Amino acid sequence: MNFVTRSVFELQETTLIATRAIAGLFRRPRYISEAINQMDVIGVGSLTIILLTGFFTGGVLTLQTFPTLQFYGAQSQTGRLVAISLVRELGPVLCALMVTGRVGSAIAAELGSMTVSQQIDAMRALGTDPIKKLVAPRLLALVVTLPLLTVVADVVGIGGGGIAATTLYGLSINEFVTSVRDGISSSDIIGGVIKPICFALIISSIACYKGLSTDGGTVGVGRATTRAVVTASIVVIITDFFLARALQYILGVQN
Amino acid sequence: MVSSEQIHSSQPLPGEVSKNAAGSTFAEVDDTHRIVPAIEFQDVLLAFDDRVVLNRLSFKVMKGETKIILGGSGGGKSTIIKLVLGLLKPDEGRVLVDGEDITDYDERQMMSVRKKIGMVFQEGALFDSLSVYDNVAYRLHEQGLPEDEVEPEVRRMLRFVNLEDAIDKMPSELSGGMRRRVGIARALIGDPKIVLFDEPTAGLDPPTARTICELAMKLRDLEDVSSIFVTHEMNNLDYLCSEYAVVNEEGQVVFEVEGERLCLTNSKVMMMRDGNVIFSGTDERIRKAEDPYIKKFLRGH
Repeated sequence: MNFVTRSVFELQETTLIATRAIAGLFRRPRYISEAINQMDVIGVGSLTIILLTGFFTGGVLTLQTFPTLQFYGAQSQTGRLVAISLVRELGPVLCALMVTGRVGSAIAAELGSMTVSQQIDAMRALGTDPIKKLVAPRLLALVVTLPLLTVVADVVGIGGGGIAATTLYGLSINEFVTSVRDGISSSDIIGGVIKPICFALIISSIACYKGLSTDGGTVGVGRATTRAVVTASIVVIITDFFLARALQYILGVQN
Repeated sequence: MVSSEQIHSSQPLPGEVSKNAAGSTFAEVDDTHRIVPAIEFQDVLLAFDDRVVLNRLSFKVMKGETKIILGGSGGGKSTIIKLVLGLLKPDEGRVLVDGEDITDYDERQMMSVRKKIGMVFQEGALFDSLSVYDNVAYRLHEQGLPEDEVEPEVRRMLRFVNLEDAIDKMPSELSGGMRRRVGIARALIGDPKIVLFDEPTAGLDPPTARTICELAMKLRDLEDVSSIFVTHEMNNLDYLCSEYAVVNEEGQVVFEVEGERLCLTNSKVMMMRDGNVIFSGTDERIRKAEDPYIKKFLRGH
């Protein structure tokens, strides 16, 4: 199979898995406790890295942009710049990438190990649909927790930017907060939540597909994990561009 | 021979099987329902890309019969089991389970068929994250049965495989043989009438392999289970085709060698090579076969 054929085939299989998982959410039996457990593993488990990533990204944004803004006499707009950058782009994308690295790899490795040790076949033989039992709860957990993690990263990032602006450059906190409030609109916030929902679907379906299609023993598990992280990261970044353009069009966010 | 009255009057003992055990094997021979094969393959063709894995395969496994499928690695043995479970679909031909044509069933329809079938995987395929209890109880938990009904069933099945002491252990704490036996207990929960064994003794020491074969014999002779037993180990063939399980006067399950009293007719042998059936019949006939491949396979050199 050449690269194009394989890519189209994988796209088809990934989409099918996602569709069947979403359909499975509405049919009995529902694995609610499994989904809650996954939300704990994925959401609460990722909180530390998201807090650190958000805080220091906000801080470094201030660090890098304040001198330029000061050159134009616009240092009071630092909060606006940090907030817009984080809410519109960096928050959703960085969160998605961090979660891909931490959660996407774990999902692919777990499902991959289960596949090579015939646990998935055993599950099917015992009358359980692995898409409903394994994929649907992970997909739901990611769709619920990734937007929440993104909001947390946005807030902490703005906080980090504020702390950097006040402590390093002596900007008053009121000035920073006022420019943040002036800068972000409801459209930014809506767009900033729609994006992680789309990214969650992408990460979960790619990681689950790569895990379930693992072959070649333990080496295959490693390969599947790497491919899941690489593919999901690239697809997230490419999708981000088109989503940004679509959201600009739909929500009318231009400036 | 032990009469069914003696069997029913005996006390249940560790290692004993379900309440209707034993009586069924000899009593139901004339039942017309038994004419329908438990598993039937009709002209099944399966190929992966250009490689033909099963070449127009046809065979039947009758009710209460054990079909031992022999053959070297890559001969298509495990593929047969996957086709019965609907994990693979044939390119051509039909697959029937209990008279039901499952060839065109989708995943949802297959789920109800799979509930009739127990499957014992090569390495056990236990769920690593679940304890022995939860592994064996898996099917019942999925059906939403209350815990007070699940536990006695799980304990009965673990007694059947002599592993009740391991009920709270995790799969990682078990030896290879114990994992297979837990896999058998898991496959047997819900008393399926069809059980598929995929090389259940591969890589096990001879006594443990013997234990696994004894479990298969108990299922065949005392539980009236139809099964496919995929193997490439000749001692499996010796045990399954020359011994049978009965319940003695003390109510214990014992294994007797066929001879003047009884000749086993409920075990058939089929040999596969490169997707083709090269032998189908009884163990007595395969031992007399003239085919050089079969001779070499049986002798090991």
